[in-house]
Amino acid sequence: MASGNRTPFKNPVVEWVDSRLPLFTLMNKEYGVFPTPKNFNYFWNFGAIAMFMLVTMIVTGIVLAMNYAAHTAHAFDSVERIMRDVNFGWLIRYIHMNGASFFFIAVYIHIFRGMYYGSYKQPRELLWMLGVLIFLLMMATAFMGYVLPWGQMSYWGATVITNLFSAFPVVGESIVQLLWGGFSVDNPTLNRFFALHYLLPFVIVGVVFLHVWALHVTGSNNPLGIDVKGPQDTLPFHPYYTMKDTFGLVVFIAIYALFIFFMPNQLGHPDNYTPANPLVTPPHIVPEWYFLPYYAMLRAITFDIGIPFTDIVFIPAKLGGVLTMFGSILLWFVLPWLDTHPVRSARFRPQFRIALWVLVAAFILLGVVGGKPPEGIWVILGQIGTLYYFAFFLVILPLLSRKEKALPLPPSIHEAVLQQKKSVGVQA
Amino acid sequence: MLRAILAIALLAGAPLAVQASESSHTSVIPDVQFSFEGPFGSYDKAALQRGYKIYRQVCSACHSMKRVAFRNLEALGYNEAEIKSIAAEYSVTDGPNDEGEMFERPARASDYFKSPYPNDNAAKYANNGALPPDLSLITKARFGGASYVYGILTGYEEAPDDFTLMTGQHYNKTMSGHVIAMAPPLSADMISYEDGTPQTVNQYAHDVATFLTWAAEPEMEQRKKMGVGVIIFLLAFAGIMYATKRKIWADKH
Repeated sequence: MASGNRTPFKNPVVEWVDSRLPLFTLMNKEYGVFPTPKNFNYFWNFGAIAMFMLVTMIVTGIVLAMNYAAHTAHAFDSVERIMRDVNFGWLIRYIHMNGASFFFIAVYIHIFRGMYYGSYKQPRELLWMLGVLIFLLMMATAFMGYVLPWGQMSYWGATVITNLFSAFPVVGESIVQLLWGGFSVDNPTLNRFFALHYLLPFVIVGVVFLHVWALHVTGSNNPLGIDVKGPQDTLPFHPYYTMKDTFGLVVFIAIYALFIFFMPNQLGHPDNYTPANPLVTPPHIVPEWYFLPYYAMLRAITFDIGIPFTDIVFIPAKLGGVLTMFGSILLWFVLPWLDTHPVRSARFRPQFRIALWVLVAAFILLGVVGGKPPEGIWVILGQIGTLYYFAFFLVILPLLSRKEKALPLPPSIHEAVLQQKKSVGVQA
Repeated sequence: MLRAILAIALLAGAPLAVQASESSHTSVIPDVQFSFEGPFGSYDKAALQRGYKIYRQVCSACHSMKRVAFRNLEALGYNEAEIKSIAAEYSVTDGPNDEGEMFERPARASDYFKSPYPNDNAAKYANNGALPPDLSLITKARFGGASYVYGILTGYEEAPDDFTLMTGQHYNKTMSGHVIAMAPPLSADMISYEDGTPQTVNQYAHDVATFLTWAAEPEMEQRKKMGVGVIIFLLAFAGIMYATKRKIWADKH
């Protein structure tokens, strides 16, 4: 980041600052003239959108924290006070509450884009892994945030999820007691969750910084998945992509606003408007919608794993479910080494493309299954979805890496864009 | 092999059959129209006042509404003097005074609605072990919202012959599991309406559901009004951004 040869600025104030701390040079280099492939589609908007959501969540979250009381006797009431008596408290809270959902929507699309266009491949492995880390931190933050209003789903969701750690042999019980700060989900749990819910977003900011730094070292991938060969393949980030990102962001915010103002509770669960009651268990405990696929994978392992026809069990069903759930995301860390096919973009990998779309279908199916009671056909569908999910990463990807014959790649981004212009006619 | 497939199919199908037979016990939420539905919906003030009257004279005998204060009644169209006189009808415990004693005084506009029971245990004890839920958030705390409340109040029926109810239980088609501890609370002509609105159970239920929706979402009118402005602005802004983007990109693609 230290710029050895700096071009002086005309404005004397800017020049005074920049010659001492080259902030303006840095911004100009990384966001002004930064060479960006000229063939991005709108999938490339979601990084900027996710960044916007992170900032939105932090700003609204800090304002909410000013009015929130992290105590089991006051948490629910303090949230209702925000909704009723704090000036525009309802607006801040609905922005934050729906913001969690829209942050996940943006990030899910961002991750899908990374998978579809092979953005995780060499040389962007570390960039991808930092992204997976951000996603894990987001999940922890969102989970703890959902506990804070101390409604029925907050309490019972916290009970179910923290109890999962007890499945680990030897250390499980200690982990759970550490999470609870006692022997059940109670006031100490709420206190530490609030503290961590406030802390983790800033950790995310730190990892996002590394994520963006890594991106600016390797440069962006693009829909063709081929490397940038020269200046004719790129455009300066500003004004081309600042403008395109702004347009996409405004459309995204418009949809987000529809939920905030017209159906603010559509994505939540009614049970969370009933104060937490340790004596009454809701009939169906479900997490927020963005966790449903993982919840389905957790519940898909309904059997012990051991030596068949004996009583020897290596992995009891509960531990199996927990390992499956955590494994489903931890797998992403090694994705660059599971898929070693030299071609990045799914555009030129017809078999990979089909397998990936089936993965999307399986993931959505798992989301549906996660919201249903674990009985009957839903258990089997959950198991099929889980099986495909793991087969995709552990069997299909390594197999396709060796066997799949890719379609011919265009010689360069520039030529592909010209080709498209000729065949489709002039378009923006 | 064939036998194995058949067995699996049966195993997979059996729970489905069970589910199908159980579906007759699931909650029936009626489709009712309310003035506050839709992006431009607003509360019908006359209905809110009628609903409040029913809450006051019927529901509040057992159900608390801890999160609503008398001052909030301004939204129903009452003026300051009316609110003061409504509040003064109730007596609340305050204190301790200078001598350290708790004392009773008439409620003020800043006081919250008075709960019928001192605590949940007292409420349960008086109601055959069932706790009448606080109604401040009831329409947000149930799938179906206002329609659910309307469904509960109008959903009392004779239990089917094969359905056993214990004493103090009632059959209600909207209640999940169809067993409810609350006796049918409304009957025709039990509350008199001064504005000539029909005094039927359905009308009472509709008015009370409107009032309870307001109690749960007092900000709804302001929220929707602001939302319309925000959406119009964002669409216009998106249009301008798109036009600008096209212009900037014109020579590049």
